[in-house]
Amino acid sequence: MPTQTMTRPEHVRLTEEGKPVTLLEAIREGIWEEMERDPSVFLMGEDIGAYGGAFKVTEGMQQAFGQLRVIDTPISEIGFTGAAAGAAHMGMRPVIEMQFIDFISCAYDMITNYVATSRYRGSGPQPIVIRGPSGGYVRGGPFHSQNPEAAFFHTPGLKIVYPSTARDAKGLIKAAIRDDDPVLFFEHKWLYRRPQLREVLPNEDYIVPIGEARVHREGTDLTIVTYAATVHKSQEAAEVLEKEDGLQVEIIDLRTILPLDEDAIIRSVKKTNRLLIVHEDTRTGGIAGEIAMRVSEKAFEWLDAPILRVTALDAPVPYSPPLEDYFLPQTEDIVKAARHLAAY
Amino acid sequence: MATKTKATPQAAIPHGLDRGGLLEMYRLVRLTRSLEEKLENLFRQSKVVGGLFRSLGQEGESVASAFALRRRDDGTGDMLSPLIRNLGSMLTMGATPGEVVRQYMAKGDSPARGKELNIHFTDYRRGFIGQISPLGDLVPVMAGVALTFKQRGEDRVGMVYLGDGATSTGAFHEGINFAAVQKLPLVVIVEANQYAYTTPTRLQTAVKSFVDKAPGYGIAGESVDGNDVLAVYGAAKRAVDRARSGGGVTLVEVVTYRRRGHAQHDNQSYQPPEDIERWAATNDPLDRYLATLTSNGWATADELAKIDAEVDAHLENEIRDAEAGPMPAPESTLDDVYASGPVAAPWTRHEPADPKLA
Ligand SMILES: Cc1ncc(C[n+]2csc(CCOP(=O)(O)OP(=O)(O)O)c2C)c(N)n1
Repeated sequence: MPTQTMTRPEHVRLTEEGKPVTLLEAIREGIWEEMERDPSVFLMGEDIGAYGGAFKVTEGMQQAFGQLRVIDTPISEIGFTGAAAGAAHMGMRPVIEMQFIDFISCAYDMITNYVATSRYRGSGPQPIVIRGPSGGYVRGGPFHSQNPEAAFFHTPGLKIVYPSTARDAKGLIKAAIRDDDPVLFFEHKWLYRRPQLREVLPNEDYIVPIGEARVHREGTDLTIVTYAATVHKSQEAAEVLEKEDGLQVEIIDLRTILPLDEDAIIRSVKKTNRLLIVHEDTRTGGIAGEIAMRVSEKAFEWLDAPILRVTALDAPVPYSPPLEDYFLPQTEDIVKAARHLAAY
Repeated sequence: MATKTKATPQAAIPHGLDRGGLLEMYRLVRLTRSLEEKLENLFRQSKVVGGLFRSLGQEGESVASAFALRRRDDGTGDMLSPLIRNLGSMLTMGATPGEVVRQYMAKGDSPARGKELNIHFTDYRRGFIGQISPLGDLVPVMAGVALTFKQRGEDRVGMVYLGDGATSTGAFHEGINFAAVQKLPLVVIVEANQYAYTTPTRLQTAVKSFVDKAPGYGIAGESVDGNDVLAVYGAAKRAVDRARSGGGVTLVEVVTYRRRGHAQHDNQSYQPPEDIERWAATNDPLDRYLATLTSNGWATADELAKIDAEVDAHLENEIRDAEAGPMPAPESTLDDVYASGPVAAPWTRHEPADPKLA
């Protein structure tokens, strides 16, 4: 592939100046660096070229890398997901954007039937990253707020990543692009530009390994296992619980949902003996069920209380603020559940 | 049909082919027909695991279209993705009968090591990517293959096959539209064999002819008699040349007829027997091609009979070896889910069984 001269727009590499970046900027940096590092990495998606994508994650990239590496596609999630699979067969490492992750369901067949099974069928690796803005708390309504992880959690062959901090986001997107398996990379749009999440990132080339959870907050009284936006809701709850109840809550940020870092979960449960699972996705068939089951199989004797979960309700994501607030897990819910567990 | 007039010996060979090419295509069509007949025997002996899908009557178009590709065995040639009735295309690219029999028998030494069936297998070096069952999916996938050829400035072409039924899928539309706007080097072969399982074409689509879809995508289209080997080769060659020279996507409609049921288990009750009879008696691609070769003086009946005998002997060896192959080891079930080694088996599969294990 011809190498293009790369002009890096001002706003893209903030860390070099030691400036803190948002989660969105961290993802952009990660993709940018991988594009520079490896000519087989290329991007496809709707409106990602000159416009830079609906959320501007790919801003400046087409100017820098050209139209053969940053490709504006027709509105066709099956089409460009399939094209990514074909390109991956030929040794490329496509990164495709779902403009909103809700539309990933259009490509469900291609992802679960084609991409996830390719290696197993003997058709070779599928080093594809499928990324996009997900999650609620932004009044986006039923089709711009979903968390589709559970729909794919059940598909062997896929990996699912969902970061909650800028540092992790950059390290994980880089790891995802280098991974030889297909990775679904969910980006929480409520976290994209939150000023509180700005961080100064390391200058050196770093990755965050896929499959490893992170202890977000150390504690001894109970464990909250969570990921994505609810890491921050859980953090708020932990602060309340420390101040008002004197409880030391440990928070495990999964970062990767598939494969699950079971060891990290079990280790923490064995330390605190109480487990609360918090996720923004809906309840029935959600990931909390699987985590609870694994802990029940492997650490039952260490539990001093039943495993509880705080999740969204079993409904489509509603639009109106009072409805969305009621639907999504809130800090108050987490505080209540933790108090119940601690008192058990 | 070319049998009626006695052509002058050594008529000019069309489409830039030579006599070697003509005979090689004959061998491949014969091989496809005979291999499927052998598979049918194995099926009756219950040695085939799962279904058996015949391409009876479609062997000619399958071989002739793939024959138009630049075929290599070092991973630098063109690429195709077959549909279930394209055994002929795969053999043309260099798949071996032994591999196909192993696949059908679910052997551990089959190309997909027992994880996939029939002709669903891949070899990048020889230039074919295995289809998957959901119809239409390989259209966008092959668009992606062609996209990579374009990105890398490689002089290569992708070819994807699908049945008339598969053109009704969203994947077909999205893939062909994407390839069209990107002007990718892709050839889409639509095999109009009159039925999709039991559904006749008139209930599949309202277009009169599948080639009518091409203008809607802004691409070239050509319709061809699918049971005329040389005509199919010519159409495919034009499409491949167009793709290779930057002219973008072509939809080639091959008009043919499915003379067997969807699969071996399907008794074709919905197909008028007289139709099947007529296509078999007067429009068999192998018979027609044989007649073309001899009446034009391009081959003698003896030469062709010798090829038939070689094919039979070759098949016998390949099938014997394939039958002797091992079944896969059960533990290999968990291999190749991820790049990083096998996934863990649940505790009930451990000795001694311990629920604290994975
Ligand atoms: C998306 C999808 N739906 C249904 C099926 C089941 N199915 C398998 S083959 C077939 C008919 C295929 O017809 P066509 O595309 O015309 O190919 P042909 O068998 O005629 O060569 C159907 C409906 C499938 N494989 N994929």
